[in-house]
Amino acid sequence: MTTVLFSVAGIVAVVAAVIVVVSRRIVHAALWLVVALGAVAGCFGALHAEFVALVQILVYVGAIVVLVLFALMLTKAPTNPLPGLTTARSPFAAVVATVLALILGLGVVLAFGNEKVKPVRDGSAHAVGTQVFTTWVLPFEVLSVLLLAALIGAIALSQRKKED
Amino acid sequence: MPLILPLLLAVVLFCIGVYGVLARRNAITLLMSFELMLNAVNLNLVAFDAWRLDGLATGQTLAVFVITLAAAEIGLGLAIVLLLFRTHGHVDADAARDLVEEEQESAT
Repeated sequence: MTTVLFSVAGIVAVVAAVIVVVSRRIVHAALWLVVALGAVAGCFGALHAEFVALVQILVYVGAIVVLVLFALMLTKAPTNPLPGLTTARSPFAAVVATVLALILGLGVVLAFGNEKVKPVRDGSAHAVGTQVFTTWVLPFEVLSVLLLAALIGAIALSQRKKED
Repeated sequence: MPLILPLLLAVVLFCIGVYGVLARRNAITLLMSFELMLNAVNLNLVAFDAWRLDGLATGQTLAVFVITLAAAEIGLGLAIVLLLFRTHGHVDADAARDLVEEEQESAT
């Protein structure tokens, strides 16, 4: 059952991700990114990581894609198809990506080809939250400082005056 | 569920992201491809967490941390893209060559 759910979500994710990187309409690419990220959230759910799936939907679909759409609006991205959105070196890029996929896929199959996952219900907010605030509390605090640094950095970048 | 299924999905998503980073020109589409690659990493973390079941929720916690990092990264990245648009009037990653070395300087 979880395998079927995971496969369906995975196929949706791959198709949407391919459209994200080949679409000639940049706003369409951003909207297909919603589908891809939501399908990956479905994959997390099929692996019984419900909390991660919810955070994925909240942060990625709710915040990051909205931020990307705002950036598209502020940079006056055209909504009509742009033939120049993909560079002339895209065949080379496709070859690199295919070779990388073959190498990584071969390594993964050789290393973990016979392993099985027995998903158990341990991905609730209670279980993950307990671990975050006991075992992982130091990385958690460091991460909050990093978020503050990113916030200050973004403000400093956007407040910069045009000098020369 | 075989462990190979999420791992192969992660490989495919990561390589789609690599293709996007190499082939796209607009800086915002580059950032979208980065998000795809980070998602592949998260899928690996969650899959190995479901495989190992170490009781510490290591993979899931790290996946949440990576999602937080991705939020910080996209915030800074889009700030840089907007700055590029304000100073240069375009968001073409190939045309932003202010830091490129001159031919004579690199030859000496």
